[in-house]
Amino acid sequence: MENKMQTKHLDFYYGKKQVLKNVSLDMKERQITALIGPSGCGKTTLLRLLNRMNDVIPEIRLDGDVLLDGENIYAAGVDVVEVRKRVGMVFQQPNPFPKTVFENIAFGPRMMGQKNRLYLEEIVERSLKVAAIWDEVKDNLDKSGLALSGGQQQRLCIARTLAIEPEVILMDEPCSALDPISTLKIEELMQDLKKQYTIVIVTHNMQQAARVSDRTGFLLLGELVEYSETSEIFGRPRDQRTEDYITGRFG
Amino acid sequence: MEIRTVFHKKLKEVRNEVLAMASMVEKAIDRAVLALKQRDLKLAKQVIEDDMTINHKRFEIEEACVDLIATQQPMASDLRTIISVLSIITELERIGDHAEGIAKIVLMIGDEPPLKPLIDIPHMADKTCEMLRRSLEALTNRDADSARQIVAEDDDVDRLYNQVFRELLSFMAEDPKTITRATRLIWVAHNLERSADRVTNICERVVFIVTGVMEEIGASKY
Repeated sequence: MENKMQTKHLDFYYGKKQVLKNVSLDMKERQITALIGPSGCGKTTLLRLLNRMNDVIPEIRLDGDVLLDGENIYAAGVDVVEVRKRVGMVFQQPNPFPKTVFENIAFGPRMMGQKNRLYLEEIVERSLKVAAIWDEVKDNLDKSGLALSGGQQQRLCIARTLAIEPEVILMDEPCSALDPISTLKIEELMQDLKKQYTIVIVTHNMQQAARVSDRTGFLLLGELVEYSETSEIFGRPRDQRTEDYITGRFG
Repeated sequence: MEIRTVFHKKLKEVRNEVLAMASMVEKAIDRAVLALKQRDLKLAKQVIEDDMTINHKRFEIEEACVDLIATQQPMASDLRTIISVLSIITELERIGDHAEGIAKIVLMIGDEPPLKPLIDIPHMADKTCEMLRRSLEALTNRDADSARQIVAEDDDVDRLYNQVFRELLSFMAEDPKTITRATRLIWVAHNLERSADRVTNICERVVFIVTGVMEEIGASKY
C-alpha cells in the first residue's frame, strides 16, 4: 500500500519547547491512522502539521519533512491553500457556519470560484450523501446549519470538508463532543470514507482508535513510541510504555 | 501511577479464583487416585459430588470474565489474560471431569480383588498434579519458560501411560478373565494421561499471556 503522507524525522518546537521528537510516521493511502497518547504528548500538534495549521502560530520551528504523495508540503513555493485543499480537517467541536445547510457545503467550492448553481447543487447533494446526512437534511437545505443536532453538525462539517474534494481528511477528536449514537454514526461513516480518502484521526478514546483505525501510533512526550497495526497495538504491544498506557497502568 | 485500580483489583480476584479452582481440581485427582488405591468408595463418591462445585466455580469465573470484557474494555496483556482464563477454566473443568471419571471407575470396581499392586498409576497422578500446580505458578509469575518446560514433561506421563497400557495388555493376553479389571485400570490411566495433556494446554495459554503469540508447544504424538 502506498504512503499517502509521511513525516520524516520531524522535530517541532514552540519557542524553546520541543513538542515533537524525531517523529517518522507513514500514513497509508485509504487507511485510517489513529494517533493516541496522553494529553500534551504532541498528537494534535502532529495532526495540525499535516496541513500546515500551525503556520499561524508565532515562534515555531520545524525540522524534518512532511510529505504528501512524496512532496514536502513545507518546501519553498508550496501553496498553503492548495495543501489545505488536498488535506482537509474536521475539528473537535462541530463548527458549521451560521449559514444554511446548503451554503455551508457550497462555501468552499464558491470560494474556489465555482459559480454554476447546478454544479453547486450537485456537489452539495453528493457531499451530504457521502457524509451520510443527506436523508436527514435534504428537505431542509435552507435551514441554518446551527439548528442541527451536534452529531448532524459534525457530519455537516465532514460534508463541508468533502465538498473541496480533499485526498486526506484529518480528524481532531471528531466525536468528543458527541453522544454515543452520533459517535457510532461518525465511526461508521469513517469506514465508508476510507474507501476513497486517507484518514488520520487523533482521539483520546482508545476504544474508538481500536474500533476504527487500521494502524495506530502511540505518542508519549513528543516521541512516537510505537506505530503498528491497530490489532497489534491493542492486542500485543511491543513497548512496555504502550502496554502501560493502554492498560491504564500509568497516566 | 496505577489508574485503573478497580479494574485491576477485579482482574486479580479473577486470577485468585482460578488458583482456587485449580487447587480444587488437583485435590480431586489426588483423592480419586487415593480412593482407587484404598478402595475407598465413600471418598470416590465425595469426588463425584465435589465435581459439581468445580463446575459451578467455572461458571462463576466465566461470568466474571464476561463482566470485565463488557464493562472494562480490557486491552493488551489484560485482554490476553481474560481470554486465556476463559480457556484455562475450561481445561480445569475437564480435568475435574477426568477425576470424576476415575472416581466412577472406583465405584465400578467396588470390592473386586485387585489385579496388581498400583505403582505407575499413582506416579502418573503425582506427576500430573505436580505439572498442574506448576502451570498455575507459571500463570501467577507470568513465566513462559517454565510453562514450556512443563509441556516438555508431558512426555514422562505419556511414557508411564504406555507402560501401564503394555503391562495391562500382557495381563489380559495371559488370562482373559482379567480383561474387565485391566480395562478399568486402562481407563483410569487414560483419564490421567488426558489430564496431563490439558495441563499442557494451560501452559500454552500462559505463553500466550506473556508473549502475545499463540503457539502449539507440545504437538500431539497421536
